[in-house]
Amino acid sequence: MLAALLQQGSTFVRPEIDFHAFAPELVLVGTIVAVLLVDLFTPESSRGIVPQVAGLGLLASIIPILTLALDGTDRGMFGGAYAVDNFALTLKLLFLASAYVVVLLSTNYIAEGDYHEGEYYFLLLSSTLGMTLMASARDLVSIFVALELLSIPAYMLAGWRKRDGKSNEAGIKYYLMGVFASAIMLYGMSLLYGMSGSTMLTDIAASLAADDTAPILTLAVLFVLIGFAFKVSAVPFHTWAPDTYEGAPTPITAFLAVSSKAAGFVALLQLALVAFPGRDDVVGPFMWVLAALTMTVGNLIALRQTNVVRLLAYSGIAQAGYILAPFAVMGDNPDGMMKAVITYLIIYAATNLGAFAVVLAVARKTRSAELTSWGGLFEYAPGLTVVMSIFLFSLAGIPPLGGWLGKFVVFRSLLQPELTVGGVTLAIVVGVNSVIALYYYANVAREMWFKPVPDGDRTPVRVPFSLSAALAITVLITLAFGVSNLATRIGDLSTFALLG
Amino acid sequence: MANNEFLTDWGLILMTFLPLAGALVMMLIPKEDEGTHKVVALLTTLVSAAFGVAVLADFDYDHADKLQYVVDKSWIEVISSRFQLGIDGLALPLVALTLLITPLVIIYSWHHFPEPKNPKAFLILILVLQTGMLGSFVAQDLILFFVFFEVVLLPMYFMIGVWGGEDRQYASIKFFVYTFFGSALMLVSFIALYFVTGADTFSMTGLAAGVAERSAAGDIALSTQVLIFGGMFIGFGIKVPMFPFHTWLPDAHTQAPTQGSVILAAVLLKLGTYGFIRVALGILPEAAVEWAPWIGLLAVIGIIYGALGCLAQTDMKRLIAFSSVAHMGFVMLGISTLTDFGLNAAVFGSVAHGLITGMLFFVAGSVKERYHTLEIKRLGGLLVKAPKMGWILGFVSMASLGLPGLAGFWGEIPAILASYNPAPGLPVETFRTYMVIAAIGTVFAAGYLLWLYQRTAFGTPTEEFADADIPDVQPTEWIAWLPLLVLTLVLGLYPHLLFQVMDPAMTALGDVLAAVGS
Repeated sequence: MLAALLQQGSTFVRPEIDFHAFAPELVLVGTIVAVLLVDLFTPESSRGIVPQVAGLGLLASIIPILTLALDGTDRGMFGGAYAVDNFALTLKLLFLASAYVVVLLSTNYIAEGDYHEGEYYFLLLSSTLGMTLMASARDLVSIFVALELLSIPAYMLAGWRKRDGKSNEAGIKYYLMGVFASAIMLYGMSLLYGMSGSTMLTDIAASLAADDTAPILTLAVLFVLIGFAFKVSAVPFHTWAPDTYEGAPTPITAFLAVSSKAAGFVALLQLALVAFPGRDDVVGPFMWVLAALTMTVGNLIALRQTNVVRLLAYSGIAQAGYILAPFAVMGDNPDGMMKAVITYLIIYAATNLGAFAVVLAVARKTRSAELTSWGGLFEYAPGLTVVMSIFLFSLAGIPPLGGWLGKFVVFRSLLQPELTVGGVTLAIVVGVNSVIALYYYANVAREMWFKPVPDGDRTPVRVPFSLSAALAITVLITLAFGVSNLATRIGDLSTFALLG
Repeated sequence: MANNEFLTDWGLILMTFLPLAGALVMMLIPKEDEGTHKVVALLTTLVSAAFGVAVLADFDYDHADKLQYVVDKSWIEVISSRFQLGIDGLALPLVALTLLITPLVIIYSWHHFPEPKNPKAFLILILVLQTGMLGSFVAQDLILFFVFFEVVLLPMYFMIGVWGGEDRQYASIKFFVYTFFGSALMLVSFIALYFVTGADTFSMTGLAAGVAERSAAGDIALSTQVLIFGGMFIGFGIKVPMFPFHTWLPDAHTQAPTQGSVILAAVLLKLGTYGFIRVALGILPEAAVEWAPWIGLLAVIGIIYGALGCLAQTDMKRLIAFSSVAHMGFVMLGISTLTDFGLNAAVFGSVAHGLITGMLFFVAGSVKERYHTLEIKRLGGLLVKAPKMGWILGFVSMASLGLPGLAGFWGEIPAILASYNPAPGLPVETFRTYMVIAAIGTVFAAGYLLWLYQRTAFGTPTEEFADADIPDVQPTEWIAWLPLLVLTLVLGLYPHLLFQVMDPAMTALGDVLAAVGS
């Protein structure tokens, strides 16, 4: 027995590793180690260096992405289980840049809040590493490993404010629901593997095409999709999101609402387009219902929120609905659907991170995220008010702010290449929902601009440097995306190597 | 064709974007320097207007049906949208109106800042509005048009919400949500149009050609065109506003500060009528023929409903707002005839309504500032207290009710006449019925305006204001108002001045519509 195993071991050939392709992840791993070491060997008083190391490491890991993009060749490893193509590079860039902004958001929040700094950034970077892996994962095992790598640190981060009951609730809820979703997904994956005999997405696609009608395959496809529907907080799998968002430390809320959600969509894109292109008869209608439900329910509940973070949480659910919408027409228009989703994700990331940055800045003075505490913000913090209005109305999709272009590409993908009943009706649902959403976004603006200051305290808000930097980055990107072809170009460039 | 090279390349761009640049400069000036803000804002609009006037002077009026000063640069290639600007006989009067109204509003603001003051923010919003309005009129690419069309929403929302009256919060959100709803459906229509034509462009002329070509080949079903037109109809119809989408207008107008009301009435509503003519009729003539009777029906309902609404109002500003619904009904009736005669009337009516109703809102604002109320029964005896303002109100009321010799007449009467003989393919009897109803509407208009004038200007001042000190028209008010008053008279006496500019463009469009209908 042992001998047989050793026999097998001796024939093991080390797979070819392309270190250039792995460079972003390697730099990130190096940074993770560096963060831990710095935390270990610096005195308590000079821990401020930890976020700097984390931030610089994230920026450094962007460099190999750029060299890979300039190089332009699509690289595959481990028999195609790990791919570095334009799609992967674009999304890695998105994850790393978002994580950098999250580090900027965290710097003062964590330093001033009596939290463990080294461990915080260690977990944050580990989760980001999971996301960058997800962008390249092209088989079920790598997808699952990436998913757990990005989720488990996030469970802990959600409960980081350990002396606060709400944060504990956030962590435990997120953890239980996440594990539950993973279990469902694993069940689906095991069925897929059982039926197709391979974990490679391309093999699964081939076998699905050959053995089309088996109900068990339909079930498997649905289970896998449902697992990720939890991750992107699609209705009715969204129930964890508002409580988790409210209880988690605000920078982590931003991280969950942007990066973690984007990672879920990346996995969905790969599954839908690489593994299930033959089953658009299942994926399409399922996603149609999921998208319509998600945006409608998310918006209707958002209307009643009185806490800005919860409002952004429900608005994020509704936004996930818009991003899901193009999946409904993937059978007719897979290419346009993918580009719409990626373009939307990029714009959404910049805008939503910015909105959370303002929430953090305002909370430094008001110590609250209740909407009423935002009254009269325009009187004592006109800059923050204008910037927040830009983010809010960008989320609402008012030109010329970035968000409208996202809505536009979603509409476009729904109506392309010809008008179908499903596409047109969903486009109208998106349109009506945009109007509902405008109401509550404008409601926040109303509080800031039109209402009096609740307690008469007009001392200006002091915005620390790192938050100002985050605001500057996000607001410039939000504006630039709205009036230029930047976002659509990026969306257009990101193509799967496997699809040609 | 236009001959000045610099103007051809840069005229429209500078005219459109200078106000935005001015707004950016103002952001850097501290809030306390109110005087500097006023000067910068005024100078910016004047320089922008100077470029506009240069373009107007250089414009080739013999070819007013052709787009001139065309700018065509790459923009968002991935969605085939290009940065295309241009101006023709249809856009020109509306551009001129915008260039005139904005500086006047800023001059009026000099001593009339509504609470809570803050001239910096207020003037920045006006400048952003100006870029949005001018851009909408000169954009020749549907997506670019859409962006500019939406740019005006935010400044107006804040203007009503921050500087408005008692119910400002309700009015501002109603305005915003209403118009945004229309825009969303409009955007869906635009994209649908793009795909059904397969023209791979969002340029208006390109799409029109694409629709004509594929429609002739039978590749686009009439029902599809009618549906796409429907989306645009809701978008533009809310903006105009047409009955039954008008309910945002009285609230927005009543609550907006004077400056906001003037811009709203004078220019923003025209975005709707302009969109109908340029986009809806221009690109989908066949669907327009199907929709025209219904547009006409809603137009005449608007005329009568607006007039009846006026008779029921107790607030002067709200009354003027309802009169807008009626007047825009005449404009839409002109459009619905689909004849060059009716379209000429519609554009003339748009400009005239901009001058006259803008002026009415100015007067209402000044009255409100002096009396601190606009309740009609508390006013009275304006001719005694402030005779000059009383006479101005009388003059504008006459213009508004369509007195021959003043500008309002040339918008209403041709629209009514045009509906006697609508374009081929339209039901003649129906339109003649509309004509009769619209004619009755003019009587109502005389009724409510004269009644308004009688109650506010004639008689003796009410007891509470008998001894109040009501100053007459101030110098800044004269500067802001005189151009409007003079133009109302000049266009009334010599309407050809405006008709000759737009007639070539309207005739060209009328020919297309006639060819489709017959």
